[in-house]
Amino acid sequence: MTITPRPAPPRSAEPPILTGSGAVLKSLELLGVTDVFGIPGGAIIPFYDELMQQSAIRHILVRHEQGGGHAAEGYAAATGRVGVCLATSGPGATNLVTAIADAYMDSVPMVAITGQVFSHLIGTDAFQEADITGIVMPITKHTFQVTRPEGVPAAIKAAFHIASTGRPGPVLVDITKDAQADSAPFVWPEKLDLPGYRPVTKAHGKQITAAAQLLSQSQRPLLYVGGGVIRAKASAELLDFAESTGAPVVTTLMARGAFPDSHPQHLGMPGMHGAVPAVLAFQECDLIIALGARFDDRVTGKVHEFAPGAKVIHVDVDPAEISKIRTADVPIVGDVRDVLSDLSIAFQELAVDERPDLTDWWERLHGLQERFPLGFTEPSDGKLSPQHVIQRIGAITGPEAIYAAGVGQHQMWAAQFIKYERPNSWLNSGGAGTMGYGVPAAMGAKVAEPDRVVWAIDGDGCFQMTNQELATCTLNDIPIKVAIINNSSLGMVRQWQSLFYEGRHSFTDLETGSDAKMIPDFVKLGDAYGCLAIRVTKPEEVDPAIKLALETNDRPVVIDFIVSKDSMVWPMVPQGVSNSFVQYAVDHSPVWEEE
Amino acid sequence: MSTHVLSLLVEDKPGLLTRVAGLFARRGFNIDSLAVGRTEVPGLSRITVVVDVDKLPLEQVTKQLNKLVNVVKIVELEPEQSVQREHMLVKVKVDNATRSQILEAATLFRARVVDVTTDALVIEVTGDSPKCQALLKLLEPYGIKEIAQSGLLAIGRGGKSISERVLKGDRA
Repeated sequence: MTITPRPAPPRSAEPPILTGSGAVLKSLELLGVTDVFGIPGGAIIPFYDELMQQSAIRHILVRHEQGGGHAAEGYAAATGRVGVCLATSGPGATNLVTAIADAYMDSVPMVAITGQVFSHLIGTDAFQEADITGIVMPITKHTFQVTRPEGVPAAIKAAFHIASTGRPGPVLVDITKDAQADSAPFVWPEKLDLPGYRPVTKAHGKQITAAAQLLSQSQRPLLYVGGGVIRAKASAELLDFAESTGAPVVTTLMARGAFPDSHPQHLGMPGMHGAVPAVLAFQECDLIIALGARFDDRVTGKVHEFAPGAKVIHVDVDPAEISKIRTADVPIVGDVRDVLSDLSIAFQELAVDERPDLTDWWERLHGLQERFPLGFTEPSDGKLSPQHVIQRIGAITGPEAIYAAGVGQHQMWAAQFIKYERPNSWLNSGGAGTMGYGVPAAMGAKVAEPDRVVWAIDGDGCFQMTNQELATCTLNDIPIKVAIINNSSLGMVRQWQSLFYEGRHSFTDLETGSDAKMIPDFVKLGDAYGCLAIRVTKPEEVDPAIKLALETNDRPVVIDFIVSKDSMVWPMVPQGVSNSFVQYAVDHSPVWEEE
Repeated sequence: MSTHVLSLLVEDKPGLLTRVAGLFARRGFNIDSLAVGRTEVPGLSRITVVVDVDKLPLEQVTKQLNKLVNVVKIVELEPEQSVQREHMLVKVKVDNATRSQILEAATLFRARVVDVTTDALVIEVTGDSPKCQALLKLLEPYGIKEIAQSGLLAIGRGGKSISERVLKGDRA
């Protein structure tokens, strides 16, 4: 009889031995990640092999990496949590580039994990090798390349920290195939070694006082609210501050929902297609309080003529945004939620009799609101009015839903005619203007918020860029609702061609309409993807179709709304001119100098 | 436009130089010269960069550079408060008639002759930009065959060090 000695039990202090892939999964688990979007390929097979053997993290198999990237964005934008997407090396990784660029422009917290060829093959032009960390360098907050399994935990932890703190943004972690397959002790770092990364969140007290004083002297203040307020989860603080100051509020395209549309102090969206009172408020105010906004050219119009009489208090967590476009009189670097709390206190501490009366200012703004309400004219070609369709979707579905848009006319109408009451209910590609964002972003949002109704308001052009994710939705029980605002053309480009290129509609006809070749037939396409797909051509069918969509939750819904191609987005500030020349409708500029 | 000398304390990480150079290119800032080397702190490198911008864009340059995760600290070194040096190797054509004149010029500039052949001399000179330029101007008539020049190096005057506060428990 032989006695086999039992191996000594492992000491509890000893870290477990994991493969690099196991380390990625363990790290994601420790960071609280529950959902990831991706598609495997050669250089990420070791990771996928371990991914299928666990259940803590739900993996959604997408049909294209761009869809995975936008889904991660939608997931993040709907919740504020970090969105995660996965891709293999080479073309898999480069297919993520558009979504990464989009996340960078709109400050979306996102971590992209890519497989890379074996470390000994890097630099040899190996099969499916691409220098993805180099490619995305200008469109990420940071990148990591991991070539050893022991490097995984620190890289993943740092990636999530960088993506979600300060001004959020995308971070890419590239992991070689050998680092995924090899094993090492798993050590979760207590502290991160990032000596060069220390975002300022607490603002300087002096600046707060200076801002409060400037505000207390202002006769015509304006709160210019940007997407940073949503990213910073500062809506409640904004509401308090706005109400204590009584100042009018505008919410940019990225900030729709940051302040309730129903609030009497809300003037609407400013910018190229902003509401006239919101656009002109900039031109006439004497103080702008910019909150997590970056003076984008679509907001300012001709920047030298923007808000000529205004002083500027600029609050942003990213110091590089302050005075980048417009010099700030009071720069405040800090987290906008903390700053708003501090500002409210500082403002209230000032004696009440110091505050100017805003009655005249409001009188002027109310006058503009009365004369220039948002509206639209019915099309004359017998097609549906796109604005009406979108307005009804918003009105019937309500503010608890999530609305994701593509890019173009339908995006502007969705920003104008849906009434947003809460942050994270409006998802769109604002900075990058990425057509095809809508469907996958809606998919990501629905995964994050399964109990909310999620609409993708899409165009016929946008829809054709990423509609393959409907397969992902159907197969994974992600019942989003897609409203295709089908004007059979690249509508926004067509509008510019109509207005500024003498009606030369160069290559903007997509032939998707009911009186065109109807290639593709969106109803058949939706049907092929296992969706409930219907076409709506008459005004009386609009409401029942929306209600049917809301009642259908066992599969995605696609509604092909056949709308007029001649409908235009109004108001409009033509590119490169002053906001003062905002046009309410074709050739109709408000006379705003009158007093 | 005016030139400014920036000293960047950076983490010695792969791709760091690409990040810095790429940022300059992307934001449309001009680099006049660049010098990279190790520092007294293991893991930290120092980049001395001369940029040609107005004051306001300079603020953008430093703010954008500060956003790079591996950039630990940036200091602008004013000429009065710093020592600034360039290093240059100049190959000059010589013959028996000109050799002694060139050697004399080198001595006047406190430059050193580091290679001698029958038809050429290599002169090594260190100094601020005007000094190096003056020497070049003097050597030009003899025929300059080749120049190799370093980026500007600069260090603040006095007892303080750029890495001081970084090292004092400031590491997160």
